[in-house]
Amino acid sequence: MRVAHPTRASLALADGAPLLELTDVKVSYGGIKALKGVDLRVFPGEIVAMIGANGAGKTTTLKSIMGLVPLAGGAVKLAGRPLAQDTTEQRVAEGISLAPEGRAIFPNLTVLENLELGAYLHRDAKAMKETLEDVTELFPRLGERMKQEGGTLSGGEQQMLAIGRALMARPRLLLLDEPSLGIAPKLVQQIFRAIAEIARSGVTILLVEQNTRIALSTSQRAYVLRTGEIALEGDAKELASNPEIQAAYLGG
Amino acid sequence: MNILEAVFTGITQGAMIALVALGYTMVYGVLKLINFAHSEVFMMAAYFGLVFLSLLIGDVSAVNGIVSPEAASSTFAGVFGALRGHPLAAAAAATVLAMLAASALGIGVERVAYKPLRGRGKGALVRVTPLVTALGMSVLLQNLAQLLFTARFRPYPQVLSGEVQVPGLGAITSSRALILGASIIVMIGLELIVKRTWFGKAMRALSANEEAARLMGVRTSRVISMTFALGSSLAALGAVLFCLDQSQVYPTMGVVIGTRAFVAAVLGGIGSITGAMLGGLLIGIIGELVKLTDYSGGVDVLVFLVLILVLLVRPAGLLGSTRTEKV
Ligand SMILES: Nc1ncnc2c1ncn2[C@@H]1O[C@H](COP(=O)(O)OP(=O)(O)O)[C@@H](O)[C@H]1O
Ligand SMILES: [Mg+2]
Repeated sequence: MRVAHPTRASLALADGAPLLELTDVKVSYGGIKALKGVDLRVFPGEIVAMIGANGAGKTTTLKSIMGLVPLAGGAVKLAGRPLAQDTTEQRVAEGISLAPEGRAIFPNLTVLENLELGAYLHRDAKAMKETLEDVTELFPRLGERMKQEGGTLSGGEQQMLAIGRALMARPRLLLLDEPSLGIAPKLVQQIFRAIAEIARSGVTILLVEQNTRIALSTSQRAYVLRTGEIALEGDAKELASNPEIQAAYLGG
Repeated sequence: MNILEAVFTGITQGAMIALVALGYTMVYGVLKLINFAHSEVFMMAAYFGLVFLSLLIGDVSAVNGIVSPEAASSTFAGVFGALRGHPLAAAAAATVLAMLAASALGIGVERVAYKPLRGRGKGALVRVTPLVTALGMSVLLQNLAQLLFTARFRPYPQVLSGEVQVPGLGAITSSRALILGASIIVMIGLELIVKRTWFGKAMRALSANEEAARLMGVRTSRVISMTFALGSSLAALGAVLFCLDQSQVYPTMGVVIGTRAFVAAVLGGIGSITGAMLGGLLIGIIGELVKLTDYSGGVDVLVFLVLILVLLVRPAGLLGSTRTEKV
């Protein structure tokens, strides 16, 4: 995968500095406290998983990073810079892309148009052509369906499209919200192989999952979110052998 | 031959209705809102066109009480005098100016009546409150027109006279030929804008899923403004062409054409651009065919009857989307 952005300057991150940092992030929906102070760091080049039960606040965490929900407290920083004043469009421009929960592809646009929209901000012809090639290599099924309307794809194909669309922006940080949700096991394997491949090309990934097994085997580090708070964090392999995690999330 | 002629006249009528219907359908697409003020933007655009055309041809008799002859021959003559003696060029320039003015009005309506409400309120109110302000805006514009232009009927200067020969149909008035030609060009242009340009893709993305569009980096408020501008300018084109062909301008003219255009948009499938074009043409043709019969007064009755029948069979309209999200 070719991942360099056509115009954005590459980051000068100090050694050991996180690419993404959430400190004490709080989000409320009306009276409901969805996030009660989340601390989370993602370092360049990592795949970090965030696991947790339905309703734990995983999607809300990703939305807070994209600026899709207002913060009730705390801060989100990209490469040390607070994003509080930035709109969602600006965050995309700065290199964060989200493949949202439920895919949210544009059903009446073709697969190709969906992908093109991913490049809406840079519109660089060369980068678009390259990423289109790379995405078809990553997901050959999409290549065969470029002229088809997005809504006619299967769930798994739509997930591939959502990831491909996010890659078209040439992000430095890719956020994935439950890419395995409601997808046939065979395609889940394919999608997670692709996620590992994307990370190898240098895109940092924050992966939200309820499928704990595959999330922990794909990532290096992981956070466990429980009712809006980080309950556990650590090395993905260690978490996978943690009895508490095994009992609660890996079916014993 | 009679029927053929009626169909042809119906197509020109329909093309004009379609131009107005497009504004309803595009705004509904991006905001899921029926912009009831659209018919009044159409009406105001007819006045804008009248004022500009009068100034451009240097005959202000149709706008007396709005522009004084003295002002026309002094203040405005410098700006608008260049095209005197060229009625066709004057009509074209007046149309473009009316389209620009209507775009500004459309953007203004959105800023004042809809934008402040966006993302506010809860539940059913999210949909109902903007409908109420839409109706309020519509009444406001109508009254504003009464105040500015008085309630009298003002005839458009007849700058397009004569006929052109169309093979198979015989002679048709040159204004009808112009309506048809301009509408076809504009609709093809619109298809291209919507299908090919970044703005068109952003507009379709926004119609499908607002949050996902924002995740692509689409600045939704800008696309919404541009959609209002585009819809209003098409309505202005329809208004000026309509008036050049046959009509007088009056403050309640938006109600008649606006209602038909709205019906056309729903008939074709609200939110569908091709649907609005198709719906407009159908209503135009039905209207003219009914005039051949003894029931010529009942055009609107029949139009609504057709609408009801179509909606019974296809609740989303002829080309409306009935897609449900796949899991
Ligand atoms: N738009 C919303 N309005 C009100 N409550 C919400 C909204 N979105 C999420 N919530 C609530 O916030 C909590 C966290 O939800 P979410 O972030 O979607 O969890 P997860 O992605 O981990 O399943 C849940 O209790 C959910 O019901
Ligand atoms: Mg979720």
